[in-house]
Amino acid sequence: MTDTRARTAGEETPSPMPGDEAPLLEVKNLVMNYEIKTGMVSAVEDVSFAVPKGRSLGLVGESGCGKTSIALTLMQLLPNNARILGGEVVLDGQNLLELGEEEMRKRRWDDIAMVFQGAMNSWNPVYTVGDQIREAIYLHWEPRPSYDEAMAKISELYELVGLNPGMIERYPHEYSGGMKQRAVIAMALSCSPKLIIADEPTTALDVIVQEQILEELRKVQHEFGMSVIYISHDIAVIAEITDLIGVMYAGKVVELGSTREIFANPRHPYTWLILSSTPSITGPRRQLAPLEGEPPNLLDPPPACRFHPRCPFATDICHEREPPLEEIKPGHWAACWHHEEVPTELVTESR
Amino acid sequence: MTATDETRVATETNGEVRVRVEDLKKLFPVSKGLFRRTTEFVHAVDGISFEIRAGRSLGLVGESGCGKTTTGRMLVKLEEATEGTILLRDEDTGKMLDVVDITSKDDRKEFRRNVQMIFQDPYESMNPRRTIYDVVAEPLTVHDLGTTEERERRVVDLLGLVGLTPPEPFLFRYPHELSGGQRQRVAIARALVMEPSFVVADEPTSMLDVSIRISIMGLMLDLAKELGVTYLYITHDLAVARYMCDQIAVMYLGKIVEMAPTEELLENPMHPYTRALLSAVPVPDPSYDRPPVQIEGGVARAINPPDECRFIQRCPFAEEVCATAHPPLYDRGGDHLVACYLVDENGGWTGPERARLDLRS
Ligand SMILES: Nc1ncnc2c1ncn2[C@@H]1O[C@H](COP(=O)(O)OP(=O)(O)OP(=O)(O)O)[C@@H](O)[C@H]1O
Ligand SMILES: Nc1ncnc2c1ncn2[C@@H]1O[C@H](COP(=O)(O)OP(=O)(O)OP(=O)(O)O)[C@@H](O)[C@H]1O
Ligand code: SF4
Ligand SMILES: [Mg+2]
Ligand SMILES: [Mg+2]
Repeated sequence: MTDTRARTAGEETPSPMPGDEAPLLEVKNLVMNYEIKTGMVSAVEDVSFAVPKGRSLGLVGESGCGKTSIALTLMQLLPNNARILGGEVVLDGQNLLELGEEEMRKRRWDDIAMVFQGAMNSWNPVYTVGDQIREAIYLHWEPRPSYDEAMAKISELYELVGLNPGMIERYPHEYSGGMKQRAVIAMALSCSPKLIIADEPTTALDVIVQEQILEELRKVQHEFGMSVIYISHDIAVIAEITDLIGVMYAGKVVELGSTREIFANPRHPYTWLILSSTPSITGPRRQLAPLEGEPPNLLDPPPACRFHPRCPFATDICHEREPPLEEIKPGHWAACWHHEEVPTELVTESR
Repeated sequence: MTATDETRVATETNGEVRVRVEDLKKLFPVSKGLFRRTTEFVHAVDGISFEIRAGRSLGLVGESGCGKTTTGRMLVKLEEATEGTILLRDEDTGKMLDVVDITSKDDRKEFRRNVQMIFQDPYESMNPRRTIYDVVAEPLTVHDLGTTEERERRVVDLLGLVGLTPPEPFLFRYPHELSGGQRQRVAIARALVMEPSFVVADEPTSMLDVSIRISIMGLMLDLAKELGVTYLYITHDLAVARYMCDQIAVMYLGKIVEMAPTEELLENPMHPYTRALLSAVPVPDPSYDRPPVQIEGGVARAINPPDECRFIQRCPFAEEVCATAHPPLYDRGGDHLVACYLVDENGGWTGPERARLDLRS
């Protein structure tokens, strides 16, 4: 892949929480490509980050930058054309990439569960939603619970995500988009996993329901000491619910740190630019401009710093050498040659 | 390309009405097993009326399950209305046509050419076995428009405009080989490829990051300005509605409870539901401490709803009068319509201290 890979195995995994001795999850130097007719799509390139126990990390970045790909790699639910070319996914001290499929099948949902992007469309139309959640519970709970136990759990989960338990035995087409999405979240919680990956969990929901679901997820997270990876394109949602943030650009993590720190002091030009252009419903209605330049072609990504063609700070070194993900301050990591030159002022509207 | 064009708002003229909806209803029977007769109905859309002028966009926002998608589907004739009328202006004759009268094969073909829907779920509109080129070019092929080269050029152009760059390598990929947001952009390209004159956009940019969202809103607004494309823009994102829409209608359980020009609605929301909705909009600032949103988010369904205000169960201000009937949607001045007994003729709030739901000030 690259000759300037920043970290080698054995080195410390970049953690947004300084001094965290035993993170729940460590992703180390992960590389994953998709093979298609015209070449290899470089979707995850040398990605390293840690997720502390009981904390939430938001993964943000442009559409197509590799967020879902990281999640699917962690779950090992990749399509056939995916190639994991290197790296480790260490959960609770064990590298999941070394487990066999049988072993991984047990860890999946029990240890790591995922709310898939667009999952609300994956309900099977010929069974009731209740049938489908019950099925998941029967498969994973040990010992296998009785019908009544399973139903009691489902009712409890429905209440938790704000659905009327009266809907349990209804078919997917009788649910609105938002209802289906809530049911998906209920299903992901059904095995009390240690880590939940929620890929755009609330994009289909109105803001009041979104606020409540996020609040519920936060409550569950604290109650059970669960870790959560939230994937979202919506920086405002991430600001509200996560403790930590990883910012991705073109298959790479370019900035990592606590949410407050990243918002107060973004050090990567990409982060700075997206924070500056978020539309809002308050303040004057001002001109909005997209980022300059085109989204990167992952079949042939820009060399060295992948952001250089669109970066207002780029100089020669940026197209020659890849900037390493460096800890510029305890817990705050950035991969940019010119991170010191990024202005501290955002150009956002204030409330 | 910029998403905001201040002059557009300033020079607002009274264009012709492109779409008029009158007392539109859609009732779905509640399933009761195979052989029992249904007596219960979900009132998914329960008597809504609005109009959209040519080249304008109306934003439709509201609770999950309040009937937005169902409304959109009726407008593009994917769902039949239970009651009410949908009138679309015929581009050639200038007459308002009732969509139920569009029945002949030719008329339907013409309708499909002019009216498009961008689906909330991008999978719904895509055959997984067809390449991106096929998916986007299909409407052109069906209507036999352009030569092969022309079609190809058009598809490449559009993919570039929706940020799938460089477009060529995308042409021969399959929908499952794209990210969620990339697929959503294919759906947008497909809906726009025919240069429709009316588009129902159901959460078209819900999966897109700011930058791409801004370019796509810019693209859609340019089409509105240059070609007079009219939009019904369904969204949960009020910041997006602010940039895309001239007017916003807020729905709650099948009813429009408030409708006003965009800035007016955002600055001066009157209905308690709208006020709660605005207070729940996420704020891109981690130190912002949101006061608790005062209403519960239920995803209720209106099954044989009783004669009372649809919002009564969750309204913190409900009074006796609210239980008598659902309040009519009255114009309280300046094209600001609201359906609430506690708002007076001049848009003044007559209920208990207003501050409780106004969490934003
Ligand atoms: N099965 C696949 N085969 C080939 N390429 C793929 C496949 N799945 C995804 N890709 C490509 O890999 C890149 C990363 O995709 P991914 O789904 O991880 O993006 P994402 O960050 O989740 O984007 P979004 O926000 O749009 O969902 C994209 O450029 C996409 O086109
Ligand atoms: N085919 C159907 N059969 C029965 N009920 C339906 C059907 N389609 C929709 N509904 C019901 O109609 C109501 C409106 O659904 P609709 O999908 O229009 O909501 P929406 O406003 O688009 O919601 P969301 O924001 O969650 O997408 C919901 O209560 C839903 O359960
Ligand atoms: S390394 Fe150079 S090109 Fe990359 S983000 Fe920093 S300044 Fe921009
Ligand atoms: Mg994704
Ligand atoms: Mg909908």
